[in-house]
Amino acid sequence: MNRYPVWKYIVIVVVVLLGALYTAPNYFGESPALQITSGKSTVKVTRAVASEVEAVLKRENIPNEGVTLDEGASHSVRARFASPDDQFKARLALEKGLNADPSDPTYIVTVNLMPNTPQWMQNVRALPMYLGLDLRGGVHFLMQVDTKAALNKRVQGYQAAVRSQLRDKNVRHAGIERSGDSIIVKFRDDATRQAARKALADMTDLQLADSTDGADLKLVASMKPAALKDTLDNGVKQNISTLSKRVNELGVAEPIIQQQGPDRIVVQLPGVQDVARAKSIIGRTATLEVRLVDETVTPGTELSAAIPFNSELFTVGKAVPVVLSKDVILTGDYIASATATFDENQQPAVSLDLNGDGGRKMREATRGNVGKRMAIVLFEKGKPEVLSVATIQEELGSRFRITGMGSIENSTELALLLRAGALYAPMDFLEERTIGPQLGAENISKGLHSTMYGFAAIAVFMILYYMMFGFFSVLALAVNLLLLLALLSLMQITLTLPGIAAIALALGMAIDANVLINERVREELRSGASAQASISAGFDRAWATILDSNVTTLIVGLALLVFGSGPVRGFAVVHCLGILTSMFSAVFVSRGVVNLWYGRKKKLQTLSIGTVWVPGQSK
Amino acid sequence: MEFFRIHKDIPFMRHALVFNVISALTFVAAVFFLVHKGLHLSIEFTGGTQMEVKYPQAANLEGVRNTLRSLGYEHPEATGFDTARDVMIKLPTAPGASASDTSRKVFEALCKAEQGSTKQFDTVTPKGEHVAKLGCVDAKGAESVQLQKYDFVGPQVGEELTQNGLNALLMVVVGVMIYLAVRFEWKFALAAIIANLHDVVIILGFFAFFQWEFSLTVLAAVLAVLGYSVNESVVIFDRIRENFRKQRKMTVHEVIDNAITSTISRTIITHGCTQMMVLSMLLLGGPTLHHFAIALTIGICFGIYSSVFVAAAVAMWLGVKREDLIKPIKEKDETDGAVV
Repeated sequence: MNRYPVWKYIVIVVVVLLGALYTAPNYFGESPALQITSGKSTVKVTRAVASEVEAVLKRENIPNEGVTLDEGASHSVRARFASPDDQFKARLALEKGLNADPSDPTYIVTVNLMPNTPQWMQNVRALPMYLGLDLRGGVHFLMQVDTKAALNKRVQGYQAAVRSQLRDKNVRHAGIERSGDSIIVKFRDDATRQAARKALADMTDLQLADSTDGADLKLVASMKPAALKDTLDNGVKQNISTLSKRVNELGVAEPIIQQQGPDRIVVQLPGVQDVARAKSIIGRTATLEVRLVDETVTPGTELSAAIPFNSELFTVGKAVPVVLSKDVILTGDYIASATATFDENQQPAVSLDLNGDGGRKMREATRGNVGKRMAIVLFEKGKPEVLSVATIQEELGSRFRITGMGSIENSTELALLLRAGALYAPMDFLEERTIGPQLGAENISKGLHSTMYGFAAIAVFMILYYMMFGFFSVLALAVNLLLLLALLSLMQITLTLPGIAAIALALGMAIDANVLINERVREELRSGASAQASISAGFDRAWATILDSNVTTLIVGLALLVFGSGPVRGFAVVHCLGILTSMFSAVFVSRGVVNLWYGRKKKLQTLSIGTVWVPGQSK
Repeated sequence: MEFFRIHKDIPFMRHALVFNVISALTFVAAVFFLVHKGLHLSIEFTGGTQMEVKYPQAANLEGVRNTLRSLGYEHPEATGFDTARDVMIKLPTAPGASASDTSRKVFEALCKAEQGSTKQFDTVTPKGEHVAKLGCVDAKGAESVQLQKYDFVGPQVGEELTQNGLNALLMVVVGVMIYLAVRFEWKFALAAIIANLHDVVIILGFFAFFQWEFSLTVLAAVLAVLGYSVNESVVIFDRIRENFRKQRKMTVHEVIDNAITSTISRTIITHGCTQMMVLSMLLLGGPTLHHFAIALTIGICFGIYSSVFVAAAVAMWLGVKREDLIKPIKEKDETDGAVV
């Protein structure tokens, strides 16, 4: 009765082996590495950069342990080294070899640590556990995106667009005003209103409604709910993409930039201690400027010709060198949206929406300059970069297109840069945390020690009290720990100090299932059942209780997971996983071991489960 | 080994009234302290700034406070923790001042008070890790005050956390009640929740009385305790149900007494094991886990008490009967005559 079919043993062995495989990466340690990230918004880190890095290292004769391209969260090339010495030499070599101008680096080389997990393990996604900031040190920011400002900007853009559209289509209105998040256009007669309706029909993001206010006929244009949601979502997304680019510059190994809730962004930079610098980079303002090309300088002679007094020479970016007028037509603040689209000829283009006065300024600037060229320049860290130079084909309003992009890739990239150069909406710092690396290391060792000693104490007690069955329980508990660690590594769940506490607590609570079983088996023996029957009845009866008590605990875990944030969430994830692994190990694995040990003994008389005391007996 | 050599069922239910009165008194005391003294909430809930600094020698707390006063903070809080060299500083949110300013300003002032000067560190450790931070060095160039940890929490976050904490509590209560009502009976569900909420209130009472810091981690511990002690009551209820099925001649009293007696050894051993783990966290886990472990310890002790003495008693007062539990079992219907 106490035998497992072979497949159950196979399941146990396979699970334990998998557990061991996925726990293993945590023991390999880390080796010195360099991380190469892009220093400019316009430069991408690609495979070519990786091979360049390899070439530089080879040329300088610096031995390395592999150069890899990481296309995950941090777009970067990483190179590993055997010793910090090599790392140091390589850093100097790469900084010189990759960057033509050291004062304005194209690529940023930062010193880092990389896990030593063997390649084949990485291929099966066996990675070391992802440690939270409280365990490895670093900075954490929680930022609130001011979505109201983003919306405001967008509505302003629509207001300008409606105005120019009506003017273009020659619809005479009696004034456009804004009320809350909607735009109200007044008319003197209904025919004009219908004409306006038709004129505005191709602005698909707006919904139009007629209304009257006394003698006034009105057309109320408001954003469709879907468009409204898109605006808010895009605002947050755009801020995240801008932040990611900026954070890259810090050369953090595993940065986290995530949306939290509808309008919040979490930024975690492990290993960074310099909050002031991190903040200045994150909160940096980049500006876009639209300027006219100075046509007095003959194209092709920019570098040698004398630059007119009111112009300057730009040499970085696309279509350079180019001489631009110092007068700014408009700044990036006026750009409400930039999207990659296609023009009438199905050629890639970037379509721009301006807000506020942007349309008027554009119109004034382009009216007299049709046929001339105009450039868009991105200023970041005070350094300009020309994004695009285009010929003005006609007088431009608040909506216009930049064509002649060549490929879709170019148009999407320009659209992204036009948007991502600056933050879409302003952000406030809600939370800021810094944890020193020393404190992190202390936290790890404290968490580890308390779990270890607690486990040892439980093991000693269980074996003393339940003898052989106690040993089986401890074995099951060890399997539980192994599986829990394997799951945490496999799912790359962020492990925090409360998470370690949850591991300890999960072990302390998991033993409950084994105690229940052992007590049941003893009880059966006490009431005079045979050894084999006691094992079987003990496990079966205890199962219902174990299930009930674990379900209630799981409800708590889920509640914490749903409503928790920060440390509570870290605790809850581990807590829930711990319950699941403990059900498996305490019931399935420990039964398996017991069956293996006792199952084949047909004439089994006694069980090694400690003293079974029966009332009335002297001992 | 066998710790529990119990000859006869212990008549727990005979003294149920006494225990319930004790519970009620503890409960009222806990509520009194909660209302009267309130919880000492961590900055996660209240918002503000918290810094941990480490001195090379034993810290002069009064000196630190004076430095903070000179910066214009009226009631600066500076307390020692962990070792004598560690100081925890708490500051209210200064309106208008940005977060990183606060950390920099305070750190520079503390550094100056130690006759040191701030210096930008940018080094690579022998292991190959990059360290760039603002440090403080004395005249000889050795590092003196170190900033270990810095937390800034905006005021709006705190309100949400409180709301989320209450939501979590509500979801736990409702979820557990529904599960127990389905699996057992509504009377048990109600009894278990009453018993365990009483634990939660008592833990909170302890935190209010001793003015221990109530942080998010402690909140997690409190909710974990809630689940853990519900689990405890479930084990006893399970046994009560089984006894109702097996023992047809026993009175409700006897059934409950027998259920508690036969599970008591498991109760004590399980909690003893969990407590060993928690104790190990309390002693070795450092300041972060200290209050977490304390909350668990109180929770475990009162968890035993409440499930043994309170939950079953409440179920009894609510009038649990044999039919409540064994109705769904059809095949036993023919023998199911006796009602006590």
